Amino acid sequence: MDEALSAEAAMVEERPGRLREFWFYFRENRGAVIGLSIFAVFAFLALFGPWIAPHDPTAQFRSATLQPPFWQDGGEWRFLLGTDPLGRDLLSRLIVGARFSFFVGVVVVAIAATGGILMGLLAGFAPKWLDAIIMRIMDIILAFPSLLLALVLVAVLGPSLLNAMIAIAIVLQPHYVRLTRASVMSERQKDYVTSARVVGAGYFRLMFVTVLPNCLAPIIVQGALSFSTAILDAAALGFLGMGAQPPTPEWGTMLAEAREFILRAWWVVTFPGLAILVTVLAINLMGDGLRDALDPKLKRS
Amino acid sequence: MLNYVLARILTFVPTFIGVTLISFGFIRALPGDPIVVMAGERGLSEERYAELSAQYGFDQPIWVQFWDYLTGVLQGDLGQSFVTKRPVWDEFFALFPATLELSICAMIFAVLLGLPAGVIAAVNRGKFFDRALMSTALVGYSMPIFWWALLLIIVFSGILQWTPVSGRIDLIYFFPDPTGFMLIDSLASGQSGAFLSAVRHLLLPTIVLGTIPLAVIARQTRSAMLEVLGEDYIRTARAKGLAPGRINGIHALRNALIPVITVIGLSVGTLLAGAILTETIFSWPGIGKWMVDSIFRRDYPVVQGGLLLIAVMVMLVNLTVDMLYGVINPKIRKR
Repeated sequence: MDEALSAEAAMVEERPGRLREFWFYFRENRGAVIGLSIFAVFAFLALFGPWIAPHDPTAQFRSATLQPPFWQDGGEWRFLLGTDPLGRDLLSRLIVGARFSFFVGVVVVAIAATGGILMGLLAGFAPKWLDAIIMRIMDIILAFPSLLLALVLVAVLGPSLLNAMIAIAIVLQPHYVRLTRASVMSERQKDYVTSARVVGAGYFRLMFVTVLPNCLAPIIVQGALSFSTAILDAAALGFLGMGAQPPTPEWGTMLAEAREFILRAWWVVTFPGLAILVTVLAINLMGDGLRDALDPKLKRS
Repeated sequence: MLNYVLARILTFVPTFIGVTLISFGFIRALPGDPIVVMAGERGLSEERYAELSAQYGFDQPIWVQFWDYLTGVLQGDLGQSFVTKRPVWDEFFALFPATLELSICAMIFAVLLGLPAGVIAAVNRGKFFDRALMSTALVGYSMPIFWWALLLIIVFSGILQWTPVSGRIDLIYFFPDPTGFMLIDSLASGQSGAFLSAVRHLLLPTIVLGTIPLAVIARQTRSAMLEVLGEDYIRTARAKGLAPGRINGIHALRNALIPVITVIGLSVGTLLAGAILTETIFSWPGIGKWMVDSIFRRDYPVVQGGLLLIAVMVMLVNLTVDMLYGVINPKIRKR
């Protein structure tokens, strides 16, 4: 027991050092820092969007439908990025829309990671038959193209942003299960786990206190990757009419509404997509930085 | 080797049954009675309801229904479309060549650009070309392809008027389609302009569908090349004085290809997911658009059958890739 406790104490003491080390490597990657800054702006907009947006995102200025951005003929300073077919301010809709994508990312990753880690731990520690059952179920989910399965799940549950999030979380979960299980399998063999078991740690303690902290690095990287996948998939579902429903200013739904004006008003199509692209790109840049900073194999190469 | 193949096939069986169970459960999980849904707004008399219920087997216990479904599936019976009344199996394979043609073109596009990009980036590691190519690849990887499609339409169909917006060929051409591949059939028809029309229709969907695989292949090729370039035999080749082009192009690339080929094989699911969006935007008459349309039309037997066929296809491709990988790399078999 003493040994386990002192090992744990050493770990706690080491924590700030590890964080500093992580930041040292993360900072070296310029792209990752840029990604982090953009993500910070995105998170800020998601939290405070409605107070920053110049107009109400659903207010319709009937006299100003399909106005181009301010730098084009016919544009106004009032509507910096122009207006949509119903006369709603595009910039306000984009700013307020940030919270839907952010929310999707956070909720999906939270559900998928929690469920995936729990099942992965279980599969890694369980007897062989239970492990086999869990992994076959994950194989089954992975056999379907993710967007197709999400579409069908939403068709069953009914189209809404919440159901889209549930569907995407279910589709993304197997990746966490596989990752966690693989790390658990390799960690389990190591001496520190054996010693913890010898001093009498129960399965629960072994899973969550001894092994899990040492499996987190790849899971964190996966979290960043699936954050961006979730945003993309939710936007795609919105675009297909199976995600957030109008008049919600969700970026994918905005694109779907703008589709028929594509050849008349380039701005209603361009800006929502650009918002998705920039956000997803920033998160992927961050994910690459995280991977390089957390992966010891690449660290000193 | 035989053991490896058998073991791999054995894991296929439960997954297949599970996939069947999901597509079977799908119709039953839907809100509302499927027969009432099928009847639509006209409604049904009591006798007709009982008759249809018996015809579709809904009056049987659930495990009998599943057994019937499973044995039906194994004999190629996936039920009938509510809308067209044609067997789902026939509809799927009538539309499948369109998706296959698009996917093959997208994959060729992705490999032709992605492999060289990855090799160039790896050879110039850390220099300008590497940074430029990998930044572009990351943008491609992060691309919402439905938006990318709209942008390309604005530029190439709207402003430049080079490419058409939808379909596989101009409607003025008409010819038999023995293979289902528009490129081949239009050539075989001998009508002037038909082939060119097919190519112009194929261009934008190919780029859209190929973008993400292109980015993935470029990134994967770069990292595989970097790994291989650090190996001893590459140093030996350099020490022998071989030309850099020969070292990079032949010694290194050939060994870097194994993980790349795996990625290509495993991206079939990604391609099919991308096909859903690409086909919907370009009105490409393939299975992606067919699935989306069927979901909106509530044509549930089609959704059910399509879901199963697509999943089984993805599984078969993954199985093949796994086995080929086992053939190429003996280390895998031991596990």
